[in-house]
Amino acid sequence: MKEQLHQYLLLLADNPLILGHRLSELCGHGPNLETDIALTNISLDLFGQVRNYLQYAAEVQSEGKTEDDLAFLRYEHEYRNVVLAEQPNRDFAWVIARQFFFDAYHLSLLEQLGNSNDTQIAAIANKSIKEVKYHHHFSSEWVKRLGDGTVESHQKMQDAINHFWPYAGELFEETNIEKEMKELGIGADLKLVQTNFKAFTNDVILQANLKIPEINWAHSGGKKGVHSEHLGFILAELQYMQRAYPNMAW
Amino acid sequence: MVTMINQTETVVREILSTVTDPEIPVLTIEDMGIIREINIHGKSVKVIITPTYSGCPAMDHIATDIKTALKNAGYEPEVISILSPPWSSLWISENGRKKMEAYGIAAPLDATADKKALIGGQKIVKCTRCSSTNTRLISQFGSTACKALFQCNDCLEPFDYFKCI
Repeated sequence: MKEQLHQYLLLLADNPLILGHRLSELCGHGPNLETDIALTNISLDLFGQVRNYLQYAAEVQSEGKTEDDLAFLRYEHEYRNVVLAEQPNRDFAWVIARQFFFDAYHLSLLEQLGNSNDTQIAAIANKSIKEVKYHHHFSSEWVKRLGDGTVESHQKMQDAINHFWPYAGELFEETNIEKEMKELGIGADLKLVQTNFKAFTNDVILQANLKIPEINWAHSGGKKGVHSEHLGFILAELQYMQRAYPNMAW
Repeated sequence: MVTMINQTETVVREILSTVTDPEIPVLTIEDMGIIREINIHGKSVKVIITPTYSGCPAMDHIATDIKTALKNAGYEPEVISILSPPWSSLWISENGRKKMEAYGIAAPLDATADKKALIGGQKIVKCTRCSSTNTRLISQFGSTACKALFQCNDCLEPFDYFKCI
């Protein structure tokens, strides 16, 4: 049970960790100052939430490890984030589409986790959801602005939605750990999360004058530790300081 | 005995009132409403605080500042951070809101009005310079996690608005 809870916390932590890192890469590189600051603020919120999950995961594990050990010293196959989170920042439409799908999932996930039988998970979720509502609003507004904008912005947003659509499916794929945690009343029911996700996203996509893609296959693997080629490069940067200077602290 | 404890608590609260938010230095942690509980046993003082935002980098500084202030006064401090119930901008004291406005940050509206200002585009956030409500949202995310950026259409002053959470 302890091991399963630990693994479940890693599943919860790794998406915001890896996506937060992707967003942090945009610091100083956003399309304009306001969006740059918004994306890095979202990144900061996600890192804060990750710290809460990983501190708890380290405590549950009780092997004397810290949040930093869990964030920085695991190998690639030990990260449990979905493949969506590690996809690169190709252009702004990509950044927004990736964020939009994640935020819609994240918001409906946290709504459920707020009622978890595990009081610490519920506390983290009820804290995080206040922040994630702002993220979800930000990404939804940009989907609408770009989708309902110029011919070019519309095309780029539609392409990005089509590109990331098959990546969203993995968010709702239930692993054994998630099934077990759901049955114990600790974890979320991903079927319900998916229903709310669809309601959130379809509504915004239609308001944005975009088409809902007719794609019915999904990428998979990240939750089981099978990642795309991008994660290795992220970890090379993310882990550099701890690997080069073991146990360094700020 | 009861009076003694109350006296110590008053002294401890006075010491804590010298600790300020490093990002909004006019506000004390008491003004911000982040102190949830103080437990005193003799010289040992346990202060329970709650973060404003999960990723707020000021929290670590605040915890260190609390410890330093109490140690300097001869206490043995312990600072614990709890997440539940989650911090709300409603916990900022009336005095804190006044100081915030004087410092140039528009104080948070209630949840409904906040939504109208940030999502509905309604002109209700007052300019901290000229008090006009003819203002516009520049960005929902501002200089720190807790703020949005506004600009006054009348005097053109750009200013921060403390978001409602």
